[in-house]
Amino acid sequence: MLLIECPHCGPRAETEYAGCSEAHIARPESGGLDMTDAEWVEWVFWRKNTKGVYLERWNHAAGCRRWINCMRDTVTNEILATYKAGEKPPKIADAEREYKF
Amino acid sequence: MSQKFRLESGGLINRDKPVTFSFNGHELKGYDGDTLASALIANGVHLVGRSFKYHRPRGIMSAGPEEANALLQLGEGAYTEPNARATMEELFDGLVATTSNAFPTVKYDIGEVNSLFSKIFVSGFYYKTFMWPSKAWKFYEHFIRKAAGIGKAPEEHDPDFYDKTNAFCDVLVVGGGPAGLSAALSAAATGAHVTLVDDQPRFGGSLMAQSGQEIDGKPALEWVDEAEAKLHDLDNVQVLRRATAFAYYDHNYVGIWERLTDHLPVKPEGLPRHRVHMMRAKQVIIASGAIERPLVFCDNDRPGIMLASACRTYVNRFGAKPGNKGVIFTNNDSAYATVLDLIDAGIEIKAVVDVRKDPLGPLMEKADAAGVKILTNSAVVGTSGRLHLKSVEVAELSDDGETAKSDVTEIACDFLGSSGGWNPTVHLHCQAGGKLDFDEERGAFVPAPSNRTNPNISVGSCKGAFGLADCLAQGFEAGQEAAKAAGIKFRKSGKAPTAEAVDEGNRRLLWLVPGKKPLGQSGKHFIDLQNDSTAADLQLALREGYRSIEHVKRYTTTGMATDQGKTANVNALAIVAQTLNEAIPTVGTTTYRPPYVPVTFGAIAGRDIDDLLDPARTTPMHSWHVNAGAEFEDVGQWKRAWYFPQPGEDMHAAVNREVAAMRNSVGILDATTLGKIDVKGKDAAEFLNRVYTNAWTKLGIGKCRYGLMLGEDGMVMDDGVTSRIAEDHFLMTTTTGNAAPVLGHLEDYLQTEWTDLEVYLTSVTEQWATASIAGPNARALLSELTDDIDLSNEALPFMAWTPGTVAGIPARVFRISFTGDLSYEIAVPADYGLALWQALMTAGSKYDITPYGTETMHVLRAEKGFIIVGQDTDGSITPVDLNMNWIVSKKKGDFIGKRSLDREDMSDPNRKQLVGILTDDPKEVLPEGAQLVEVVKDKPPMDMVGWVSSSYWSPNCDRSIAMALVHGGLKKMGQKLYSPQADGRVIECTITDTVFYDKEGNRQNG
Ligand SMILES: [Zn+2]
Repeated sequence: MLLIECPHCGPRAETEYAGCSEAHIARPESGGLDMTDAEWVEWVFWRKNTKGVYLERWNHAAGCRRWINCMRDTVTNEILATYKAGEKPPKIADAEREYKF
Repeated sequence: MSQKFRLESGGLINRDKPVTFSFNGHELKGYDGDTLASALIANGVHLVGRSFKYHRPRGIMSAGPEEANALLQLGEGAYTEPNARATMEELFDGLVATTSNAFPTVKYDIGEVNSLFSKIFVSGFYYKTFMWPSKAWKFYEHFIRKAAGIGKAPEEHDPDFYDKTNAFCDVLVVGGGPAGLSAALSAAATGAHVTLVDDQPRFGGSLMAQSGQEIDGKPALEWVDEAEAKLHDLDNVQVLRRATAFAYYDHNYVGIWERLTDHLPVKPEGLPRHRVHMMRAKQVIIASGAIERPLVFCDNDRPGIMLASACRTYVNRFGAKPGNKGVIFTNNDSAYATVLDLIDAGIEIKAVVDVRKDPLGPLMEKADAAGVKILTNSAVVGTSGRLHLKSVEVAELSDDGETAKSDVTEIACDFLGSSGGWNPTVHLHCQAGGKLDFDEERGAFVPAPSNRTNPNISVGSCKGAFGLADCLAQGFEAGQEAAKAAGIKFRKSGKAPTAEAVDEGNRRLLWLVPGKKPLGQSGKHFIDLQNDSTAADLQLALREGYRSIEHVKRYTTTGMATDQGKTANVNALAIVAQTLNEAIPTVGTTTYRPPYVPVTFGAIAGRDIDDLLDPARTTPMHSWHVNAGAEFEDVGQWKRAWYFPQPGEDMHAAVNREVAAMRNSVGILDATTLGKIDVKGKDAAEFLNRVYTNAWTKLGIGKCRYGLMLGEDGMVMDDGVTSRIAEDHFLMTTTTGNAAPVLGHLEDYLQTEWTDLEVYLTSVTEQWATASIAGPNARALLSELTDDIDLSNEALPFMAWTPGTVAGIPARVFRISFTGDLSYEIAVPADYGLALWQALMTAGSKYDITPYGTETMHVLRAEKGFIIVGQDTDGSITPVDLNMNWIVSKKKGDFIGKRSLDREDMSDPNRKQLVGILTDDPKEVLPEGAQLVEVVKDKPPMDMVGWVSSSYWSPNCDRSIAMALVHGGLKKMGQKLYSPQADGRVIECTITDTVFYDKEGNRQNG
């Protein structure tokens, strides 16, 4: 079970959180009204399924109820950083590393 | 004579405390400090069970958690426990153990005939033999499961209770042997919070099995006692005995299974049987030791054949003799420690069979000097003895070790200890995602440094350091290192305990010991004793084309029994590698998964059972419903009154009565469970505009409006009525089951997408209790209980609300209707809920007010064609599919789901659409979920055009009614459909609109 550092509350067990898929997928200002069907479908449905460092959202549902961002390596489950919603991901030297199997 | 294999003296047993126990109905004696296995051995009992496939007689083969044969049924009745490892069960007065896998007795087992049919039990026998013809499988399965069923689960409710605790520490040390104790001492000296766990009743680990060891110049066990006393006195150290670290999860989350009462003859009141400590450790030190691996030779499974180290453990720790005259079979020097200790104990060693050509090692030299007969470059090539080992056959090996010479010597003996070297117990390291390196010299997988996700350090023999001196030094260093990594300011913590370094000698890795004939032609080379898989099975799997070790494992079931192959896996993959002519690390290991040992379900469940499994939510009126004899249904965590049967009524009768009573006079429903979200802030109306499909800005204060909420994909996710309390204040209702997800959905948008909106959301579901009264007499009833609310159609029209006083209670009265009849929902602060309900029931008696439950509510709403989200929608249904275009604003700009509704697919006229369904026979009620077809064929498959989402008997229509989602249904009004049933009947029906009752909608005006 992961230990996730909520930027508002501190380190908390994964069971306090609800997982919420990829981060930084901003809703288009227009609500997509100026987008083609293909562009809109891309935004609604398609998410990365990264093997390696992934930016994702968690909701601290049984805590402060805030959405936070998390930089996690999906191979090792190492959490490289957590940061508040609306913030940019921090620069982490080895966040770019790739896994070869 | 009792305990005729007990030594005169020695061992860590308490000879002043004799213990009586029973095995297969025989009363036997042992001592306090024995395990069940050691007591059996002291009584000369080796034969304890029958093997899984061939029902071959099997004996105790180890002295630890790796035991593959001695899996016994313990206790009786509700307390019985299957598959207990006799080697891990402490003996206590009154313990009852029986053999599991034998019928009628362990000595005469009819399943042994399976041995004669062993050709059909080869690799993949389940797949090959029993999968065809399919009908035969049912017959075989019954037979196989009965024969193979290892133990019996208790049939009664578990009378014990179990605990679970969340725990934290700086440094967790797993294993209380020399390495673990050394680590715990040095970590504790830094001031770190240390937890030390060990699966035995006392610390010392391998030292308990050894003799003559010294630490810091003292007898080793004296040092252990001092170390334990020291740790006990420290406030920053927690010590857990009889506690197994069974699982290593991400971010150093370790499951520890502590057994508190299993070893006690009388279980103390109030003490849980087991306790699971879910430990979040900053650093973990793994000192889990090593498990000896057996040599794989022909007919290596007879009772009396054991691990060499187990023979030594029984003699040194338990003062029990594995036999009177033994043979030791080895490929390394460590087995000579057993030889020397057994000779000291007066046991005759007929010979040491050593596969090495030029054995080197200090222990071998000592044995040689003591005159022990050592047969070098030799192997055990066969054994005999049906229920117990009687003799072994020994032959010299060929140069390459692949065959044995034909000159065979028979040696009579009653036990054999074999040693093929040692496998570090790397399970926890691997569960933590750690990789393994292969130590070519020792033929052993050893842990590579841990990854950063789960920082841990392996020390001692689980790291491949088998010498005592190395164990102590590594433990000491790791203790300091882990404390430092856990952020403890370094304090000098003394110096490492020391012991004499001993040379390990040389080895000859002979993974598959040849027999007299080629493999598989005579006798069996068992790899996995518990699952009865052999070297020949592995080679067959390879011949059949399996290559991945994970596939070979599953096809042959090697390593898949309850011991998870602790003595089998490395031998298996080495033999696979050898057969494929590949390097062992190339073949790789199978995945190590939790749990390390079987853990009782009770311990895993802890207190989360019965009423504590999941909280039940009840409304303030719940006690009234219970007293009224209501049946309840679960909606999410809520207990909702389902129907209120009167004496002699079934659900059908009760619902018919409730439905009619509401339409004829007045009914009352507990609507408290509907989700309620308070929406406040200057942008509240704009926010609602964006989350619902219809327009909200112009909704007047005191007015209510129904809304559909969509996901970004355009699909209906929830519905409910929202009322405007003030310019900047709304009360939203959600469906009962969806309250939390809807709140989360709304919060998500406010926090992450529309951060400029000033809106505050508060869940108020539990703050209000709501009684809904409906029916032609609803107004008359309510008017008797209020004098400050004008209930006229003009003052309080449909879809309006007003504050006021009802039965003396401050209330909000909403004139909204889910029944289609005149209806008021009266919401009061939750604490007044029961008082309101009672007042309405009292005042309503003259109208024969009838309480009704959710089932009647479903019928009433279906009569009006009102949908239930989640019943008439399934996540793939849009408002257009529901024929609810009227609720989708064409004027307003963006709202959630709008763009998706404009997608090309959404306007496909052949989408599934909600329609009404009337059966041709009005008495026939379609089953919900029934499939609908246009063309009936003799048998499935048929082209399905839709399915029934809601279906009821409607007393008010005096016929059945249904709704269904049908492809292109809206343009098929009047068309015939057919519903083929499982019993072969075909129900004929016709598509209609969804409003079955009061089509003009006059009744809601009263
Ligand atoms: Zn938080």
